[in-house]
Amino acid sequence: MSEYLVNIENERLSFFTPAGEVKALNDVSLHLREGEVLGIVGESGSGKSVTAYSLMGLTAYPGRLIGGSLQFNGHQIEKMTEKEMRKIRGNEISIIFQDPMTSLNPVYTIGNQITEVVMLHTNKNKQQATERARELLTLVGINEPQKRLNQYPHELSGGMRQRVMIAIALACEPKLLIADEPTTALDVTIQAQILELMMELKEKLGMAIIMITHDLGVVANMCDRIAVMYAGKVVEYGNTDDIFYNPSHEYTKGLIRSIPKLTEKEHNKLIPIEGSPVDMLNPPAGCPFAPRCRACMKICLREMPEYTDITDIHYSACWLLQKEEFEKQQRQKGDA
Amino acid sequence: MMDNKYLVEVQNLQQYFPVAGGKLFEKKVVKAVDNVSFGIKRGETLGLVGESGCGKTTTGRTLLRLYEPTSGKIFFDGQDITKVNMLPYRQKMQIVFQDPYASLDPRMTVGDIIGEAIDIHHLAASKKDRQDQIISVLSTVGLNSEHANRYPHEFSGGQRQRVGIARALAVNPQFIVCDEPVSALDVSIQAQVVNMFEKLQEEMGLTYLFIAHDLSIVKHISNRIGVMYLGKMVELADSYELTFHSVHPYTKSLISAIPIADPETSRKSKRIVLEGDVPSPVNPPSGCRFRTRCPYADELCAAQEPEWKEVSTGHYAACHHLDKVN
Repeated sequence: MSEYLVNIENERLSFFTPAGEVKALNDVSLHLREGEVLGIVGESGSGKSVTAYSLMGLTAYPGRLIGGSLQFNGHQIEKMTEKEMRKIRGNEISIIFQDPMTSLNPVYTIGNQITEVVMLHTNKNKQQATERARELLTLVGINEPQKRLNQYPHELSGGMRQRVMIAIALACEPKLLIADEPTTALDVTIQAQILELMMELKEKLGMAIIMITHDLGVVANMCDRIAVMYAGKVVEYGNTDDIFYNPSHEYTKGLIRSIPKLTEKEHNKLIPIEGSPVDMLNPPAGCPFAPRCRACMKICLREMPEYTDITDIHYSACWLLQKEEFEKQQRQKGDA
Repeated sequence: MMDNKYLVEVQNLQQYFPVAGGKLFEKKVVKAVDNVSFGIKRGETLGLVGESGCGKTTTGRTLLRLYEPTSGKIFFDGQDITKVNMLPYRQKMQIVFQDPYASLDPRMTVGDIIGEAIDIHHLAASKKDRQDQIISVLSTVGLNSEHANRYPHEFSGGQRQRVGIARALAVNPQFIVCDEPVSALDVSIQAQVVNMFEKLQEEMGLTYLFIAHDLSIVKHISNRIGVMYLGKMVELADSYELTFHSVHPYTKSLISAIPIADPETSRKSKRIVLEGDVPSPVNPPSGCRFRTRCPYADELCAAQEPEWKEVSTGHYAACHHLDKVN
């Protein structure tokens, strides 16, 4: 078994739409150890959710995995049948979605929806499953769990519904929890509650988390590692501190420069990333970020750069780094 | 440059909406905005923050009389506009909406969307003049003349928001309500739009009411910030004063709840995590509305509504226990 809980290598995934092939994921490689929190950041359409969903075998039509290897906890996901996948889903890997309003079934009670999951994945009977459901609600900090079991989703607030979603996801104590923008639909004070809860549960249950978000604040708070995605590529990967204090891809730098900082005492002008997001139907030939990049060179428009290792963990795909690396080697040669 | 008189002012603004009660034929009201007073100076940006349902958008819309206020007074440039015909004022007071996908008519070209505003206020002398005005306002927001013949679906989110801003600017307003103008945009695009708002303000001397739930953006763009909770203004101060020396327990917890995009700082900072959810505005708590979630609440808070008082020059807050909190 490999040292990683999740190891995605060179994943390629395309959506075959009537308008043409959209390369949603283009050579994505990611890895994650047990108990770690990985943040995937990027703008809408950059492929963050698609990456995570494909790990659960949940690629929606007309999307198709066309290459690469997806390893999870000793399983080779891309080779598994739907039947085998079902055994893993919910048991070893679970997901919580962005919108707690729509991801719960409005016509079933909360209790019903939790016990369904418990009974599906364990051989508990109805009574034991209800007992487990009550336990789970207590675990996620819902008061009066007995009463909640008989309530319908519309009777609960947004934060409460997200807690129920988390309870369902944790029903079988998965090794990996995928959280797809879990707090985007919630208010800041409720967001703080949910993030706090997730970190607490991570400590308690020792699971790994993949946190998909566009909020750099959330990743700075929660994650051990960060993958920055742009147009279906991981453009930079590293420890949280690497990404924030030593960003090496121009997109990452731009992203960090463009957010206003609450802690800043003086008024500095924001430095935006110019231009518009990539049209994924007609992506540019070379580096997808090149048309918006401040340091764009000729080669950037022609060819996609390889990854450059900055440290053991931290790597990034940018021609500038390749150039630096090359010059360093030349100098060393010169010295020798 | 800036005179002391307010360009826009509201006094004891109230906006109640009728809702169906629990029983048949029972009528209740949601006090969406309850007794809110503030003024915005010429050339200033006043930010309004708060959680969903706190009444910030309603305040912005009532201010423009898009909703008729239940009670209270609205002044524009010293004139009481609470009861007058709004048409002449619509030219001076404009709004940019949150959702650039829903606020543009999909069947009109961008040129017509902007031109409609020009037509309503008879601002163009001739067809050519109208066209020139459209092109000039498009270039102000960073679009070009060829965009005038396109339809909204041909634009990205950021560009659509520019069209929304161009529509507001087309009539040369003095005051713009910006209702969550960047929340629907990607992070990398938000900064472009925020910078444009700032540039337009410098060039045209605009006055903004900037409504958003993201305090970091509001702090960046505003001179002063008002914090709302359940239809009430709880604190109002200069934006730096508010972010670094807030006095109201709600503002304090709101600020501490914002995840800071800096791992070092966020590791060090201690969060005040509020318990519970925002109560329903149909049935708000008695006395201070924040008391159900406030760590300092006692009987006084339940019995009596706190007074809106000035704690230091230009810094207002409504709380019974300011000395205990700070």
